Amino acid sequence: MNLRKEFTKGFVKENPVFIMALGLCPTLAVTSSVENAIGMGLAATFVLTCSNMIISLIKNLIPDKIRIPCFIIVIASFVTIVDLSMNAYKPEIHKSLGLFIPLIVVNCIILGRAEAFASKNKLLPSLLDGLGMGLGFTLALVLIGSIREILGAGLWLGMKVMPDAYIDSPMLVAILAPGAFIIMGLLMGLIKLVNKGK
Amino acid sequence: MSFITQIFTLAVFAVFVNNFVLSKFLGLCPYIGVSKKIDSAVGMGMAVIFVMTMASTFTWLIQEYLLIPYQLEYLQTIAFILTIASLVQLVEMVIQKTAPSLYKALGVFLPLITTNCAVLGVSILNIQENYNFLGAILNGLFSGLGFTLVLVLMAGLRERLEKSEVPEAMKGMPIAFVIAGCMALAFLGFSGLNF
Repeated sequence: MNLRKEFTKGFVKENPVFIMALGLCPTLAVTSSVENAIGMGLAATFVLTCSNMIISLIKNLIPDKIRIPCFIIVIASFVTIVDLSMNAYKPEIHKSLGLFIPLIVVNCIILGRAEAFASKNKLLPSLLDGLGMGLGFTLALVLIGSIREILGAGLWLGMKVMPDAYIDSPMLVAILAPGAFIIMGLLMGLIKLVNKGK
Repeated sequence: MSFITQIFTLAVFAVFVNNFVLSKFLGLCPYIGVSKKIDSAVGMGMAVIFVMTMASTFTWLIQEYLLIPYQLEYLQTIAFILTIASLVQLVEMVIQKTAPSLYKALGVFLPLITTNCAVLGVSILNIQENYNFLGAILNGLFSGLGFTLVLVLMAGLRERLEKSEVPEAMKGMPIAFVIAGCMALAFLGFSGLNF
């Protein structure tokens, strides 16, 4: 098995957000700024990598019929770890991500990879798959977050990137809920167009 | 404020102002995934209303009488998701035995609901917002209604869309997102409501 392929497929070719349309709720909810997007992406990457590892290690012990509840318990444990440590070390990001930290449990990317990949593969490929998919997710979040923050506030990671006149009256809708949906739709259309052109 | 006014306010806020899908971004996967036909949208919506109300009830009781007395609040995520998963399983079995026709209509959607973040979301929000027992149940019910409303509206729009000319690259999911954006824009108007 080609390990490098397992790692890099999540970036573009099988990007969980744009190609497979998984994990949409956090994608739209936390991308009003790049900082939140990075925080969410890394939290999900950690949970995804760890749960993939554990599940690929214990896959032979889990009875087939109750595998989904078992996966969910493994995932929920790691989410609790992230929740508590983020609260302790990065309270501001924890506060602005709020509800969406515990909701990593029901992020379909994580359960999807557990079911589709980690429960069928060995430790190392599962680890790389989790890491790659997590980073692909982070990449997508940062891309959407950048567009929304630049259009909606004229900032990028808090730095000014647009002229002062724009920052005074930015395209506020990009930061609000409707902008998230519209930008997501246009981006998906663009990616489809590029993929078809190849 | 009288009791009835309170309930009315709660309902309007849960359905329109803080709509789960369009302003909180919860439950997007079924919103985009199951909104191709009105029939299945209604089925999914009913199942979600049912499970959200039940989940609000049980998770509130668990938080109040199990997690808080034993100081286990940090186990909230695990406890809630387990409650919801087993609840969905139980509901599925009960409906299958008692109401086969209802099971036929909702059956395929029930397993999907475990990973619907709206259900876990409403359970956690009920605790965060300090609702009392009745408030939690009603919030679950009305949030579910709000979800169903926009899901069915969306399905109606997408059925019409089938016949219209959409650029090749925008077909399917991309255009669905843009429409959702326009709906969110309309719902944003409700945020000016004041009681």
